[in-house]
This record gives sequence, structure tokens and C-alpha cells, in this order.
Amino acid sequence: MNDVAPDNRIVFEDVSKFYGEVLGVNRVNLSIPPGITSLVGPNGSGKTTLMNLMTGLVEPTRGRISVLGLSPRQPEQLFRQVGYCTQYDSFPRGLTGYEFVYSYLLLFGYAPAQARELSIQAIDRVSLGEAADRPIASYSKGMRQRIKLAQAICHNPTVLVLDEPLNGLDPLIRAETIALFRALAKQGLHLIISSHVLHEVDVISDQVVLLSNGYVVAEGEIRGVRNEIQEQPMQVLIRCNKPGVLASQVFLEDYVVEARVHHDGMGLLVKTRDADRFYLLLNRIAQNGIDIESVAPADDDVLSVYEYLIGTEEPIK
Amino acid sequence: MSFLKLPWALWRRQIVAVVRLELKKTLFARRGLWIYFLAFAPVLLYAAHSFSMIRTGRRGNFGEDTHIFAAVFQFFYLRLAIFFGCVGIFMNLFRGEVLDKSLHYYFLAPIRREVLLVGKYLSGLLAATAIFCSSTLIQLVASYWYFDSNVIRDYLSHGDGLGHGAAYLGVTLLACIGYGSIFLAAGVVFRNPLVPTLIVLVWETINGFLPPLMQKCSVIFYLKSLCPVSVSASVALHKGNPLALIVVNVNPASAATAILGLLILSVAVLALSSLRLRRMEIEYGAE
Repeated sequence: MNDVAPDNRIVFEDVSKFYGEVLGVNRVNLSIPPGITSLVGPNGSGKTTLMNLMTGLVEPTRGRISVLGLSPRQPEQLFRQVGYCTQYDSFPRGLTGYEFVYSYLLLFGYAPAQARELSIQAIDRVSLGEAADRPIASYSKGMRQRIKLAQAICHNPTVLVLDEPLNGLDPLIRAETIALFRALAKQGLHLIISSHVLHEVDVISDQVVLLSNGYVVAEGEIRGVRNEIQEQPMQVLIRCNKPGVLASQVFLEDYVVEARVHHDGMGLLVKTRDADRFYLLLNRIAQNGIDIESVAPADDDVLSVYEYLIGTEEPIK
Repeated sequence: MSFLKLPWALWRRQIVAVVRLELKKTLFARRGLWIYFLAFAPVLLYAAHSFSMIRTGRRGNFGEDTHIFAAVFQFFYLRLAIFFGCVGIFMNLFRGEVLDKSLHYYFLAPIRREVLLVGKYLSGLLAATAIFCSSTLIQLVASYWYFDSNVIRDYLSHGDGLGHGAAYLGVTLLACIGYGSIFLAAGVVFRNPLVPTLIVLVWETINGFLPPLMQKCSVIFYLKSLCPVSVSASVALHKGNPLALIVVNVNPASAATAILGLLILSVAVLALSSLRLRRMEIEYGAE
């Protein structure tokens, strides 16, 4: 990855992490420059472990990590520069969205007035202004995902680490969130985004790190790998109120290979050869009367795309 | 960095922020209702006793009631109510957040883990003190409520009333400080709260049977030394009863030594747990 001063990079030097005898990641050497970097790999490949290592939530068994020249063991300095939106869908009890962002900003040492201002700004950036005073317990999954994002960006970090940030977002919010990521990257931020779906992040990433079973199997610019997977069908599960109507609409497109109503009658499984165009199609459909609750890649097929991509020999379950 | 140049103002603001977040959770959590029941159970007992004395018109024995209060305070309130109340409050400060999978929000803030520990401890201490000291005060009122006002006035102005009240409140506060530090540490170190709770309970119970030096490594030793009314007189009625050793301090510490000893013990336990907290990792999956 290109030439950038070492203290403007996130550097892993021969980093390994074992959980007892279980391998998290092994012998990772990375030097990540500013821009959007995606960590892609199936569940259990080590994406979250890498993110937890760079934010000090876990310590490496071996090796050295530095984030913009800072050690993850210096939280007082590190987290003025870093925001981390984790995969955990959990929150402190009894807080509204606003209280959640505001209370943790006070931990940074901000004065109440400044914390209030930053909270409102961050919540507005993720389009949650109207729901800010509602308890988080009443939020939908997409709203919870966005309030976590607001909490991660509220102190204007230089490095933003996002673990599966598009999970559970409906097409419109997904598009808005991706636009936000692009805007943040344009400001010169490091964005580290994990996903088990290359399709999901390839359009926004400057570079990609592919992980498998705790090892970095490939890294580099996204364009090369993107072309490779263009023809590989991927399966998407759309949760909506009218799966039958949706099926009839999406099946008109030649890049949709298969459309099946989910066995619970509340969703549609679609196999498509062109995920980008399919997501654009969903955006249009969402504006035309079908209430789309969520869009998520269906694991097995995504894993098979990944298998295709990295050429693993082991069958993926 | 010299001591004075440390960022005390920032740490103070961060501690206030932690207390602000934690206090509401600790005081008003539905899962902590049993702590209120435990704390205020003696109030119900004394209130029922006073009410029945008033209804039947019987006259109580002030000295006897003072000893009963002392016995209930030492046998039940210190050893069970405050002990288990502190288990519920302090153990949850870290363990509860691990179970709720929300501890990482603290670990992702620019706050020293030691400062976080102090903030959490203070919030637990404020909650425990508010609950248990208010209960102690109400217990005293409920216990002597049925006596003639002249007797109570005499007890307060000429007798030991105010001193006893202050001492009971002080012992309650120190119990929260001592047990609080131990159970906060246990919540940082242990995954299963049952194990440390049982170990500490057994240690505190057999304290009277231990050699003098080992007795000093417990909270109850100092608390017993500070209780204003000895229950030895009533226990002595049953000489040969091994339970006597549970409440009687053969070599009680002086008040100053007891207070200082307990504070040193608490600070040492908190310092050790801060070392563990510095190395603590977020691994919710293993819970």
C-alpha cells in the first residue's frame, strides 16, 4: 500500500492473537494508509480480532501495533483520535439515543455545552434527530446501528473503525451511510470497515484486506478483485411486507437469477449476478410502496463467493 | 510528570461522568430491588415490634432493646444485608456490564482504566451508602419509636444516643467501603460471582476463630471493633456457644486503628484490582 509517513498509518508488525488455543489472527503484517480500507472475510476469519487489536480491546499475544504512532495501550491519547463502532448490538441500560452519545462524550472530558453540541451534530449526521429522545430499547436494528455510528464519530476522530456497519440497514439508510463514509474519507480520515461481503464494500473501498482463518490472504486495491467476482451470483435476503410483489418486480431484471419467498413468508431470497445494480433497484422499489425492513446478504452464498475469491480448499459450512 | 502536573481536572470530570452514568443504573435498576428489601427488612421488623408494643400498651426495656438492636445489626445487617447488598451493587459494576456487553464503551473512551475504576467504585459507594445508611437511620427511629418521648430525649441529650447513632452510621459507611472494594475487585477478577462471594463469606464468618494477625485481613474484624454496643453480654449468657466468637472481638482494635486499617485494606484491594483492570480484555463471546 502506498507511501505515507509511518505515524499516519495503522501498522501491524508480525501480530498474532490466540484465545487460549484458538487462533484469532496469525502473523499479520499490515500498513494501512488513510482512506477506506475494507477487511473482508467470512465469519471467524479474524476481522473483528484485528479491529479489537487496533483499539486495545484485546492485546496481541505477539507482535506490535501502532495507530498513527500511538500504542493501543494508551487509551487516553488513542481514543481522542479513534472511534470504533463495534459489532455488539448492546447498549447501557435505560438511555435514550441522545443520552447515550452525550454521556460518553462527557467521559472525554468535554464541558456539558460542548458535549451537547457534538452529540446533536453526530446524531444529525446519521439522520436520527427525530428519534434522539426515544429510549434506545425502542429502536429498530437499523436505528441502533446508526446511534452506535453516531457515538463513534461524535468526537470527530481521525481513525474510524467500523465492524459490519451496514448490517441491518434498509436500502435508503444504507445509501446515506455509504455517502457519509465517503464524505469522511474525503476529509482524510482512515476508515477501516469490516464485512463478510465484498460486494457490500467494494464500491467504497480504496483498498481491501482479505482474511481467511486468521491469516491475511490478500491485500491491495479493490478494482482487481471486484472484476473477478462480477459474474459470481450472490444471495440476498430482503425482509419486507410484500415478498410476492417484490419477487415479481425484481424478477424482471436479467441480473436476477432466482427469487424465492422465505419460508416464514416475511422475506424474499434473491440470487443476483450484479449486486450493485440490484441494490440500486431495491432503492427504487423502496420508494414505491413496499416496506423494506432490512437487506442482508444470506451467509452461505456470500461465503461461497468468498471461497471462490480466495480459493480456499476447505468446504465452507 | 510530577504529581501536581497530572491532569487532575480532567480526571475529576471523567469520574463525575462515570458516576453520573452509573448511579442511575445502580440505584434504579429493577434487578437490584432485592437489595432494597434486604436493606429495609430490619426496618419492617422494628416497625412491627414498635407498633405491637403501642397497640398492646406494653412498656419496653430500653437497655434490652439496645442490645437487640446491636445483635441484629451485627448478626444480620452487617454480615448478611450489607454483605450481600454490596455483592449485588459492586460486583455488577464490571461483571454486569460484561454480561450486558456494554463495557467496551468505557474501554473505547480516552479514560485511564484506574480513573474508570475510581468512578465506578464511587458510584457504587454512593448508591450503597444512600441505601444502607438511610436504612440504619430509619431502623434506629423505628426501633425506639414506641418509647416515651422523655426517655428518647434523655437518651439523645444525656445518654449515648447521638454517639451510638453516629457510630452505627459510621460502621455502615465503612462496611460499604470495605465490602465494596472487595466485591468490585471480585467482579473484575472472577467470572462467576458465586465463588468469590462464598470464599469471602466463609472467611468473614470464621474470622473469630483465626489467629490475631489473620483476623486483621478481614472487613468484619474492624467493623466489630467499631460497633458501639457490644453483644458479648447477651452472648455470654450462652457460654460455650461457638457462635459467640462470631460476634465477639477478643482483641478489638482501637477506633483509629480500625478506621485506618479498613481504609488501607480497601485502598490496597482497589489498587490490586486496577492492575487487573489494566490488562482486562473484552471477550464477551466467552461469557
